[in-house]
Amino acid sequence: MMYFSRLKTAMILGVCLLGIVFSLPNVMPAPARFLPWRAIHLGLDLRGGSYLLLEVDMAAVIKERLDSLADSARQGLRRAGVPRFVVTPQAAQNRMVVRLEDQTKQDAALAALKELSSVPTTGVTNRPDLDFESTPGQIVVTLSAPALIDRATAAVQQSIEIVRRRIDETGVVDPIITRQGESRIVVQLPGVEDPNRIKELLGKTARMTFRLTDESANVAAPVPPPGVDFLPLEGPRAGKIAVRRRVEVDGANLTDARAGQNPQTGEWVVNFTFDSIGTRRFAEVSRNNVGHPFAIVLDDKVISAPNIREPITGGRGQISGNFTAAGATDLSVLLRAGALPAPLTVVEERSVGPELGADAIRAGALALAVGFVMVMVYMAVFYGLFGWMANVALLANLVVMLGVLSLLEATLTLPGMAGILLTLGMAVDANILINERIREEVLNGRTPLNAMETGFKRAFSTIIDSNATAFLSHVMLFVFGSGPVRGFAVTITVGIATSLFTATMLARLLMVRWYAANRPAALPV
Amino acid sequence: MFIRPMFRIVRDDTKINFMRGRHAGLIVSAILSIASIILFFAPGLHYGIDFSGGIVMEVRTPAPADFTKIRDALAAAGIREPGVQRFGEDISVAIRLPTQPTEAATQVIVSKVRAAVEAAQPGARVVRTDAVGASVSSELFRDGMLALSVSMLMILVYIWFRFEWQFAVGAVVTLILDVTKAIGFLALTRIEFDLVMVGAILTIIGYSTNDKVVVYDRMRENLRKYKTMPLRELIDLSINETLNRTLGTSMTVFLASLPLALFGGSALSGFAWVMLFGIVVGTSSSIFIAAPILLFLGENRLRRDMVAPKP
Repeated sequence: MMYFSRLKTAMILGVCLLGIVFSLPNVMPAPARFLPWRAIHLGLDLRGGSYLLLEVDMAAVIKERLDSLADSARQGLRRAGVPRFVVTPQAAQNRMVVRLEDQTKQDAALAALKELSSVPTTGVTNRPDLDFESTPGQIVVTLSAPALIDRATAAVQQSIEIVRRRIDETGVVDPIITRQGESRIVVQLPGVEDPNRIKELLGKTARMTFRLTDESANVAAPVPPPGVDFLPLEGPRAGKIAVRRRVEVDGANLTDARAGQNPQTGEWVVNFTFDSIGTRRFAEVSRNNVGHPFAIVLDDKVISAPNIREPITGGRGQISGNFTAAGATDLSVLLRAGALPAPLTVVEERSVGPELGADAIRAGALALAVGFVMVMVYMAVFYGLFGWMANVALLANLVVMLGVLSLLEATLTLPGMAGILLTLGMAVDANILINERIREEVLNGRTPLNAMETGFKRAFSTIIDSNATAFLSHVMLFVFGSGPVRGFAVTITVGIATSLFTATMLARLLMVRWYAANRPAALPV
Repeated sequence: MFIRPMFRIVRDDTKINFMRGRHAGLIVSAILSIASIILFFAPGLHYGIDFSGGIVMEVRTPAPADFTKIRDALAAAGIREPGVQRFGEDISVAIRLPTQPTEAATQVIVSKVRAAVEAAQPGARVVRTDAVGASVSSELFRDGMLALSVSMLMILVYIWFRFEWQFAVGAVVTLILDVTKAIGFLALTRIEFDLVMVGAILTIIGYSTNDKVVVYDRMRENLRKYKTMPLRELIDLSINETLNRTLGTSMTVFLASLPLALFGGSALSGFAWVMLFGIVVGTSSSIFIAAPILLFLGENRLRRDMVAPKP
């Protein structure tokens, strides 16, 4: 027990040395490129920045899915020769109800509807995505649960991609965009103190469509004719325009969009380029509708409705809609990045200015230093030489802990700093238990070496028991907690683990070496 | 100081008859815990933004803040019932707003407040914005409570696994008493209860268990060693023997938390005060609560010969 082989000694010292090596990236830049240079990250609460939690509007995703499903159902039923039917999407129940007047066509209708169903290719199950329930005169088509999850996953993943592209356009350095839970996205923006512009960019779905207008419709009518929407016109000219629902060309067919100025009028415009499909379709539509207006619709608002003067075959176009310079730039960013599959809402925002973070670091570092010194003085006063050994182990613990945190590339938050301090206070507890036990064994009349050996052996199970419970409860905090408090859980769990090593192994090594060198007749306890 | 210890907290031959005060200890603890539960309902906890939702914005002004101007500017922007308070220094202002009906409304208010404040006093800047929607805050609260209860359960299982069931029950009952007192302390001091505070309470739980394990461990050992000693005497002996340990380990954590409370900054001082309170409560409850409970539960039940040594 009290004998350390050369190998064991080397291993203990080696771990401490590794702690120093792995801590280095925090204080110096990488000397060479090929070295893995991992450092502790500062949390946004310490370095300043914004944290946004976005929620993908799943209701909108489902509604859109049901709407398109209803469109396909109408087409399918018509093709199957089913007369007089009503298709009603019911988004709240994730289903669509089809009512039939002619019940003899029930089977034909069901067969036509079943063709709409497909087996998801990405899902875990291979159940079809639609469930059918047929009662005379009515067929209920429900989106199945796996299909819903599939859809949600796809929507969130696509949103993350679009969010990333939009944020990249703003030039924010090192944004972190991750998925959280079923329908949420975390956006971390280091150094961004006022996330307003980003929130504005993310707040728009930016689905742009090119559609034809219905010039014969009366905009003042209470209900638009079938297949037509009355959409508000953006800009100073208030009013509505009758726009056909059918999308001629979608914004997804754009390859580029840039803000620019019209050389004649000085007006801000957005120039765009279509891809090959977009070019072909736009050419076709414009050729057939020369002299008629078409509407450029962005998120259910008409940004402009110019007349088609001649067929546009080059695949290039220009949107002019009373833009300011910033407005034109933002629109071009949105068009380049693409449309979100569903609206995003900010459900949580936390922004910290850099000076506040710097203040927190200063206060935390001061508290850390003072606390450290007080604990060391306490150990020295109450435990003498063995207390100093505990202090050496404590310093080693700090280094090894920083090394492990660096290796994990952990994020240091303000509560995390408190965690480091608490760990230091708790780490010496193991040494107190050991030292007290050794003292007790000495008082019981054991020889120095025997007392040290028994002391370590007997104190060990107490140390394990007491640390295990603290470790477990902080793991729970990590599992259930979120945000900066997780940083607290990380530093404390890592600290408990490393202190088990330093407080027992390293302190013991020091004691044994000291004993071997001095052979004292009595222990200083 | 360099070779020999200079002091001991208590002498090695200390023999305090703690179990004589067991009723007094339990009664005082019960009264404090009941008072804490009453405080929990009225006036209740001061929930931080994590759990209550809403908006907190911290503003820094170049010169001492002009509260009238800021309040007027907010009123002019149509923001109803803002809580405008001094926050530490006189150039710091905290603006608090309740949860808004929708997430979108929250975002609108945040930008309105920002604009109003920046216009109210030249050079004023919003240095911190926390806006938490209602759905998120209720989830955070649920998760926090989940972390607390699962931790308690795991501690119960762990101690049960390592000791006799009487020890586990004693520890968890004591922990519940400790936690209620910490909550009472929060209610009394109006320190904000948020996720970080859940962390503090968890640390108190972990720490307090630490302390109990030290005493329990000694009891387990003594149960084996003195097979005929009455349980009451044995518990007293065990507490006295470990007194230097329980007090010493508490002292180090106390010393580590103290500077945090004194100058750790506004964000951490609340956390540290709760820790300090918890350390005192946790240490005293190891002696005055956990041990007597074991005495009540264990009399005639803890079979000495069955207490097998578990490494």
